[in-house]
Amino acid sequence: MALLEVENLQTHFRTPEGVNRAVEGVSFHVEEGETLAIVGESGCGKSVTSMSLMRLIPPSAGRIAGSIRFDGRDLLGLPEREMRSIRGNDISMIFQEPLTSLNPVLTIGYQIGETLRLHQGLSAAEARAKAIEMLTLVGISEPARRIACYPHELSGGMRQRVMIAIALACNPRLLIADEPTTALDVTIQAQILDLMRDLKQRVGAAIVLITHDLGVVAEMAERVMVMYAGRKVEEAPVAQLFKTPRHPYTRGLLGAIPRLGSSLTGRQERLAEIPGQVPSLKNRITGCVFAGRCSQADEICRTIAPGLETKAPGHFAACHQALREEAPS
Amino acid sequence: MTQFPSPDRTMANLAVAEALPDILPPIRRRGPVRTFIARHPTLVLGAGLLLLLVLTAVLAPWLGTLDPGALAPARRLRPPSGNNWFGTDQLGRDIYSRVIYGTRASLMVGFGVSLLSSLVGLAIGLVSGFVRWSDGLIMRAMDGLMSIPPVLLAIALMTLSRGSMGNVILAITIAEIPRVSRLIRGVVLSLRDQPYVDAAIACGTRTPMIIFRHILPNTLAPMTVQATYICASAMILEAILSFVGAGTPPSIPSWGNIMAEGRALWQVKPYIVFFPALFLSTTVLAVNLLGDGLRDALDPRMVKGV
Amino acid sequence: MSNPLLQVNDLVKHYPVGRTLSGRPKSVVHAVDGLSFHVDRGETLSLVGESGCGKSTVGRAILRLVDITMGQIVLDGRRIDDISQASLHPVRRRIQVVFQDPFSSLNPRMRVRDILAEPIRNFRLATGQDLERRLGELMDMVQLPRDSLGRLPHEFSGGQRQRIGIARALAAKPDLIICDEAVSALDVSVKAQVVNLLQDLQRDLGLALLFISHDLAIVEHMTQRIAVMYLGKIVEIGERRQIFGDPRHPYTVALMSALPTPDPETRRRRVTLVGDVPSPIDPPPGCRFHGRCPLAGETCRRIEPDLRQIAPGHWAACHLDDISAMTRDATV
Repeated sequence: MALLEVENLQTHFRTPEGVNRAVEGVSFHVEEGETLAIVGESGCGKSVTSMSLMRLIPPSAGRIAGSIRFDGRDLLGLPEREMRSIRGNDISMIFQEPLTSLNPVLTIGYQIGETLRLHQGLSAAEARAKAIEMLTLVGISEPARRIACYPHELSGGMRQRVMIAIALACNPRLLIADEPTTALDVTIQAQILDLMRDLKQRVGAAIVLITHDLGVVAEMAERVMVMYAGRKVEEAPVAQLFKTPRHPYTRGLLGAIPRLGSSLTGRQERLAEIPGQVPSLKNRITGCVFAGRCSQADEICRTIAPGLETKAPGHFAACHQALREEAPS
Repeated sequence: MTQFPSPDRTMANLAVAEALPDILPPIRRRGPVRTFIARHPTLVLGAGLLLLLVLTAVLAPWLGTLDPGALAPARRLRPPSGNNWFGTDQLGRDIYSRVIYGTRASLMVGFGVSLLSSLVGLAIGLVSGFVRWSDGLIMRAMDGLMSIPPVLLAIALMTLSRGSMGNVILAITIAEIPRVSRLIRGVVLSLRDQPYVDAAIACGTRTPMIIFRHILPNTLAPMTVQATYICASAMILEAILSFVGAGTPPSIPSWGNIMAEGRALWQVKPYIVFFPALFLSTTVLAVNLLGDGLRDALDPRMVKGV
Repeated sequence: MSNPLLQVNDLVKHYPVGRTLSGRPKSVVHAVDGLSFHVDRGETLSLVGESGCGKSTVGRAILRLVDITMGQIVLDGRRIDDISQASLHPVRRRIQVVFQDPFSSLNPRMRVRDILAEPIRNFRLATGQDLERRLGELMDMVQLPRDSLGRLPHEFSGGQRQRIGIARALAAKPDLIICDEAVSALDVSVKAQVVNLLQDLQRDLGLALLFISHDLAIVEHMTQRIAVMYLGKIVEIGERRQIFGDPRHPYTVALMSALPTPDPETRRRRVTLVGDVPSPIDPPPGCRFHGRCPLAGETCRRIEPDLRQIAPGHWAACHLDDISAMTRDATV
């Protein structure tokens, strides 16, 4: 049994203009200790998916349906009390902007210790010792001095390290990282990615990595799921996805990014464009959500919504046109 | 890499996405008016109440009122009745008529002050936000003005001049100007840093046009909101001034005057104070509701319902 | 030899931070500290670096949105950093800008028509029928439908807004466009559209671009020459092939190796820099990069290196002749 199993997740929001179907029928699983990347452009529903896993969508804003089973327990059916004991303890989260996710008037030592006191009932002294240990773990020098610092006294990279320390303090089994390095400079991003990889080895938590950056996906993930317009359009092991993408959208994305060193090979190609815009999620879309921007779309694509099908072992895509690799008979 | 559809693709072996139910009831699309009411209830309620009060002020002579200044010594201090709905005061004047006519004084002061102080404050705020060297000077002067309690300032100004409606408005306006100029200066300073202002400068737009085209229109929203709050506080200030005898002259009925006159009889004839107080608080409430509603409606950061 | 279109000599920009009661600044941010480069007609020069390296300040200084502390900015042989507002007006037409944020770079209360007409009217380039025709042309150039001229910015998506920003820059018929992180805020697929559009426009109109960005991959794709900045200084400048094929500054190498590659099969061992960028309020003595440089020696800590010519057009500010120790590590 997988650590996390999500089935037909739907998250819809109320808006004055109509219901926004931000996430529509997304299913995936995360194995113990693995890294699954959810990749897509803004508005594709990747962040809403992560918020839904933590049940962070207020009922006044919208509703979550489907099933989210963590370690066999259905999170959507749990009372709020029990959900609170899971958040930050069994499942924890890192956000994009470390400055706004930290409380500016509390020292970082207090904020790391807070989750420990709350979830694991540690005393103040124990929590302090553990906070120092966590700061050492995430590579902050002079941790005993740093725990008395306030967030504004630290640089962006340091703050993200603190966020990671807080997230890992209770030894979570699942870490949701929502664009953890997007706000950082490249050299700092490299440090944080190295740190996350290293920590994963040592802590053994599974990671759901939400990102728009295919480079980060290639470096971090074992399995990748591509989202578009609230749907999961493709899923594959990382090497396979980059080598033989099946869904036209994934192929478009991979063609649209410039590669470092491209000028040296002499083939200075024009970037591939995906024409058009993401469709509005406020109307029901018949047929394939990508049909409007897809060069291969035909009548069938425009009328019948494609379901995910196995295109190769472990490789799924929701496309009527994508080639299927016949299983060796 | 081009891929072609599998030759064996038929309707039978297509993978079709599972149809999913709607998990939220459909959003009822209402007409534009009802949508507006549903989205901005406070604004509609405040504006509605205020409109009612404005109509009251304008139509005062036709609302079953008597001459608010007419003395009737024979009918002094009558409690509310069919003839005198709100009773009469110690000179026999009809309190209902006086309260209705008093609406005029209150609204005139409220609107007058908010308009005047907005205009002056806007000018001062723009200058201090745009002319670097004047900023320190102007803002220290505003700080000085703000450190005097507005009631004291208004009383001092009123004792220097004769009591008239115009002077009441002027006195309160001077007390309110610092608030507006500070707000506008802050808004101007933040707008100046907007990339579209930089882009306009790079496009060769000269400073006066920058102010009129790019800065001014974007200060109007916060200024309108501020103006409503100033309107409310001006009405209260007018009532206070009239109550202490430094406001609207006694010949003009205003809620503050009526309350001042009924003050001595408060314990035996509470209705003299009660009705003007009720009108005053209703009006201030209406204006504040309008202000809150406007703030929510005009603030682009307030995104409702995600 | 003809003048380059834009020449920047020893540009220095210091920002005062905080003021004491006597009005003297408490400390000074060395945003740009002695920068020289040129941009030729029709070429693209990229300024690349991480946040706080001063690259945006350079763009704002050239646009005269900030006053410079020292140095010269020369357009077509004429200094423009010290001229009056009146004589600046015709110069402004020749240098336009596209900003990063497609949302705050357009006045939310102005219609597209008025946004695009503003520079045309300011520089008296067209009126009446001509203006109308020009507006249509501009919309065609950036591939937006002509009938959306009457709409407000919020009715457009991020990519479309950025096209409007580009059209506004083109409206003045400039010689040079400064793209300050112009594609950084856009989604991958939209970014590709805008990058292609910029390249097409540059080719068709013979524009020079000063492309300011933190994204090396886009920079490599877009430009002929690249200047790498660190803490207010250019540490390396050269042709694209020189920078990407034979980087001579350890920071350039680190920057390239830090960029995640979208190719899981070549997960490389990176040269990960330790620590953060030092504060530009108190830049370190000697080479500004020495605190993070894995190769730094005693000289680097004491003496600030000047730009040295490595090859024609290729300059690097590093004391070391051989930095292959870094690249060797990187490709393991």
